[in-house]
Parts: sequence; structure tokens; C-alpha cells
Amino acid sequence: MAGGLRTRKKQRLWIVSTALTAVIGAVLLILFALGGDGFNLFLQPTAVKEKQIVAGQRFRLGGLVKAASFRRLEDGLTYEFLVTDCVTDINVHFRGILPDLFREGQGVITEGRLDDTGLFVADTVLAKHDENYAPPGTAPKDAGLCEHPEEGGFGAYTKEKNLVAKEEEALL
Amino acid sequence: MHKYANPAKFNELADKILPWAIFLTVSCFLAGLYLIFFEAPDDGEQGVRARIMYVHVPAAYAASATYFSLAVASFVALVWRHPLALIAGRAAAPIGAMFTVLALATGALWGKPTWGTYWEWDGRMTSVLILLFFYIGYMALWRAMEDHEKAGRASSILALVGVVNLPIIKFSVDWWNSLHQPASIFRVDGPKIAPELLTPLFVMLVAYQLYFVVVLLWRMKLEIGARKIEMMRQVAMSEGRRV
Repeated sequence: MAGGLRTRKKQRLWIVSTALTAVIGAVLLILFALGGDGFNLFLQPTAVKEKQIVAGQRFRLGGLVKAASFRRLEDGLTYEFLVTDCVTDINVHFRGILPDLFREGQGVITEGRLDDTGLFVADTVLAKHDENYAPPGTAPKDAGLCEHPEEGGFGAYTKEKNLVAKEEEALL
Repeated sequence: MHKYANPAKFNELADKILPWAIFLTVSCFLAGLYLIFFEAPDDGEQGVRARIMYVHVPAAYAASATYFSLAVASFVALVWRHPLALIAGRAAAPIGAMFTVLALATGALWGKPTWGTYWEWDGRMTSVLILLFFYIGYMALWRAMEDHEKAGRASSILALVGVVNLPIIKFSVDWWNSLHQPASIFRVDGPKIAPELLTPLFVMLVAYQLYFVVVLLWRMKLEIGARKIEMMRQVAMSEGRRV
């Protein structure tokens, strides 16, 4: 009797473990095979150029606000800045209120459309916070952020990754 | 392990642990709150509002950790039919759901001034919302069936299916471009938070886990009592007495 009980438990252990592994494997495969880019909240400038997105199509563009690129246009209402992934830059125009954390060297996610000249006209700008927390004055954000892109709060992208993508493109 | 399958034995053990656990929980929360409000400096970028992380991060961590314990309990319940495992799972789910709601709410409140939005459908936020749905589904399934054994088995299977969501939550910020920042604490190259901000955070992490232990034990005792009443009622009914 006790032997029978043990084999039944062993059987259940196998069934449950196999089913669990199969479900996890299946979901992760679906995520990576079918989901892929679809789960990305935004495109980085290099990806925008690669995908050759047509003017007028709405999408989110994310990256770092390039150092010394931020200015206000003559109309006094429109902001202009470059969004960069340290390889490609895209010029962005935005009319509206910028979030508190918006600054050069900081991550940003903008939503809008490319116009015919390749200018990205954004109607929404979100600031992206990075993973660093420090007391005031101890960790200044500087223009050299592109030398350490992993510190810009963009864990998913590195300069290296985008450079490799660009090289591959050049080879084709 | 099977020694504590006996509910009376478990209750005895829980009563021994509880006073200590309560004492430690209260001390940790008091110490944590003191550190948060009187010792920790502001964050250089965000100022005072970064302090919401002392509520948010432990809640988010506890939401995932609780789900993991729910899954382990469900696994044990399915394979070894350990009577306390079902009870533990059922007791843990509402606590985990509460942690998840807290993480989502504090995240939204922080997101508005920091990012400029309460909510965005990015990988991290969406996967945590799905975690909440798994908790709610688990609790709903328990209530949907009369038979305790059947309900327990169905809910346990659901809980195990939801395990796949845990690595997705953890790595969503690495796999995909997201609005949520990558991990600050549990990362290969060490924490990205300055030590004077990190210490209170760790105290709060421990406090939340202790709180979980206390409430879990309370809820398990409650569940055992409820089951006992239910069984007595069934016995009484089968004997034809009015109840």
C-alpha cells in the first residue's frame, strides 16, 4: 500500500513538473518568436532608420536627449532637441509642457509622427528615469553619457548593440 | 514536514512564532520609517518624491515573492497533497494581491510627476498588472467551486501556470524597451542606489517580508478554523441535526 502511494506521488511529481516546464517553455517561446519587437514600448533612432518608417505613421521614439541640442524655437512655444541612441540622432519638435525630469543626457520617450523632412513632431514627451539613486550633488549627469550608455536607464540597449546593427547594415 | 500536516500541531507552532514575528515586524517598520523620514537624504534628480520607492519597491518585490510562495504551495498541494499547502496558498493570495495593488498605485503616483504619466503599457507595468489578474483569478476560482478539494486543485493549477509571469516581470525591463527603469538593486554588478538611500530600503524590504509571515500565519489559522467549522457542520447535517 505504502509502495503504491509512493509511486502515485512520484507519478504526480513527473506530470506536474513536465506540464509546468512545457507551459513555461511554450509561453517564453511565443514571447520571443511571435512577440519580439511588439513588446517594445518605443523605437530607438537606429531602429527607426532601419525600419524606414513612413512619414505620418504614429509611433514612439525613445532615446537620450543629446547634450547641447535642446533649444526653444523663435515662436517661443516649440522645443527642439535631438533624440539619440549614441549612433543615430533624430530631430524632435514638441509643443507643450515638458516633464520635470526632462533634461539633456536624460532618457526620454516621445510619441508622434515623422514629417516629410524626417523631423519627428511629438505631441507627448515622457521622461525616463534611470536606475541610479543618489543624494544631491554626488552623481552629476553630464554630457559624457554616451560614453556610458548603460547608465542612461536604457538597460535594453547599449551603444555596442546599435553599432553592430549599423555595421551589419553596412555589410548588406 | 508531515508532522505539521496536523492542524493542531501547526497552530501550536504558529502561536510560538507569531509573538516574535509581530515584534520584529513592528520594530522593522518603525526603524524603517525613522530612517526614511529623518535619516535618508533626498535623491539628487527627483528630490523628495524619490522616497515613494521605500513603499513601492518592497511592495513590488513582495508581490513577486508572495506569488512564488503561492506557486510552491500549489506545487506541494498538487504533488504531495499536503493538507496545509492548500491552506497556505489560499491564505497567501490576498496578501500578494494587496502588495501588487500597492506597487501599482504607488508606481502610478510616482510616475505622473516623474515620467509625466500615470500609466503606460510597457512591459514591466503590464506584466505586474497580469500578476494582479492571476491573484484575482486564483481567489475567484477558489470561490467558484463548492468542493474544497476540487477548488484547491483547479486554483493550484492556475497558480502554477502564472509562474511563467515571474521571469517576465523581472526581465521585462531588460528584454524590451520600456518606460520603467532597469533593476536598481538585484543586479549582477551590484546596487545602483547610494548606500544612505539603500539602507532604509533594505529595512523596508525585510519589514514587508516579516509582515507577510505574520499575516500568512494569521490567515492560515483562520482558514483552519473555518475548515473545522465547515466539517462540524457537515457532520451535524449528516446526523440529521438542525444547524
